[in-house]
Amino acid sequence: MHQKKLAELAAALRAGDFTSEELTRAFLERIERYDGQLNSVITLTAEQALQQARAADARIAAGEGGPLTGIPFLHKDIFCTLGVRTSCGSRMLDNFEAPYDATVSARLREAGAVMLGKTNMDEFAMGSSNETSFYGPVRNPWDLERVPGGSSGGSAAAVAARLAPLATGTDTGGSIRQPAALCGITGIKPTYGRVSRYGMIAFASSLDQGGPLASSAEDAAWLLQAMSGFDERDSTSMERPVDPYPEMLDMDLSGLRIGLPREYFGEGLDAGVAAAVEAAVEAFRGLGAEVRDISLPNAALAVPAYYVVAPAECSSNLSRMDGVRFGYRCENPRDLEDLYVRSRGEGFGAEVKRRILIGTYALSAGYYDAYYLKAQQVRRLIRDDFTRAFGEVDLIMGPTSPTTAFRLGEKADDPVTMYLSDIYTIAVNLAGLPGMSIPAGMVDGLPVGLQIIGNYFDEARMLAAAHRYQQVTDWHRRRPPGFE
Amino acid sequence: MSLDIEEVIRIAHLARLGVDESEYPAYARNLSDILSFVEQLNAVDTDGVEPMAHPLEAKQRMRPDRVTEGDQRERFQRIAPKVENGLYLVPKVIE
Repeated sequence: MHQKKLAELAAALRAGDFTSEELTRAFLERIERYDGQLNSVITLTAEQALQQARAADARIAAGEGGPLTGIPFLHKDIFCTLGVRTSCGSRMLDNFEAPYDATVSARLREAGAVMLGKTNMDEFAMGSSNETSFYGPVRNPWDLERVPGGSSGGSAAAVAARLAPLATGTDTGGSIRQPAALCGITGIKPTYGRVSRYGMIAFASSLDQGGPLASSAEDAAWLLQAMSGFDERDSTSMERPVDPYPEMLDMDLSGLRIGLPREYFGEGLDAGVAAAVEAAVEAFRGLGAEVRDISLPNAALAVPAYYVVAPAECSSNLSRMDGVRFGYRCENPRDLEDLYVRSRGEGFGAEVKRRILIGTYALSAGYYDAYYLKAQQVRRLIRDDFTRAFGEVDLIMGPTSPTTAFRLGEKADDPVTMYLSDIYTIAVNLAGLPGMSIPAGMVDGLPVGLQIIGNYFDEARMLAAAHRYQQVTDWHRRRPPGFE
Repeated sequence: MSLDIEEVIRIAHLARLGVDESEYPAYARNLSDILSFVEQLNAVDTDGVEPMAHPLEAKQRMRPDRVTEGDQRERFQRIAPKVENGLYLVPKVIE
């Protein structure tokens, strides 16, 4: 039953072919059997999951509930969950049990989805390889010597290996799309303000956005719908109705105009990845889309602008981790200063420290204008490039990542090289646009992701295009050998 | 842009962030690399460009000024490292 798509699982639960409890046990057994190799789950919540499954079975038997009722999922360990530890991949929060549910957690709970556990991730979502986690690296199911991408690496690896049909993630600079690409699954970063950030531990508040990871655009559409919506507890949540994404998967796409940014096909792009992406674009042409070249002249500035804005916001957000009210506290602090310094020094890992230091520097007296203000100006130029592009095309396509999955340790000692693995995804966060990655080929046995970028709140069109492609291709149905 | 070890110590102090002495050179090197990389931004003419605060120029929403949450002190303090009589305990600040 682990190979079925979401609609089939939901129908089977309603038809009584199997119960949610049986389905939940099946996925828990898969985690038990395979996760020793992947390390995708930090906290397994088997007991609660079975309780939730039985409650879902009762709802279904009473003719209640919705499409996600009784469906198991894995939750990125950045979303606060009442009664279950939320570690954010950090020693700092290794003992942290949130006193409340994130809005996304509450929505999924109310929808009747069954949480199997919390997934591994880069510490505080800072990383592109899932190697910065306090709980050890996650391995890519397609090649256990390679990274799954990050920061939502646990979620992506687990869905690729079908340890869960669905998982949540967050994306600040590519943290859903890049691991989705490297693990061969579908992942969506929604428009900024579409999914509530309440209770989603903040990294860079002006960029963070939660979203779904799944085996197909169709499955992702259901989860996105459940996660989305206005939330008055998030001051940046947009007061705007949610489109019925699953119903719109078959929307009319005739005359669809696709733009290919020249800047996304230049130096640094692996030839195999380029060929796969070009073949995917060709498939869209075959489906009747009109494809044209576009330009995003400031594309090369996205990563540098991001590495001012994101660390600046991170240094400010992470100042709340001070060893006083929650989280890690050092042993025997001499005085208050020592309490702060050592709790933070011992609680945070190297990459988080680097970003706090960069951010603190960029925001310090005398440097603010040169770094932060400048980056926010460049950010507007980057956004304006997209606004112009969407004046002439409906969707933008290109590679999600310049390469397929790289080896564990390959980039771990060189931050700037690591940062460049998000070169095609970061601009989307800076501009606040929706983007997604879908599997679009294989190079040497490793998946390639196609990135689809939509206009603001145009998730439905993005999903419909991805769905159309997945009806004529089978890349999204490939499974890593050894995890059947 | 290159940061020396003195500068790393100064920033770490501003951030109240413990960094092991043996790691100062590595941080100085990494942070200098990142700052040099970021310096590409200086080549861009941004005269007259308004810094972008929100992609859709959204404004903060106002809400009625009324109490929406009750006292949850006990719940929040259950997860604190050290509390006594409803207060968070830290090392003595005033002698």
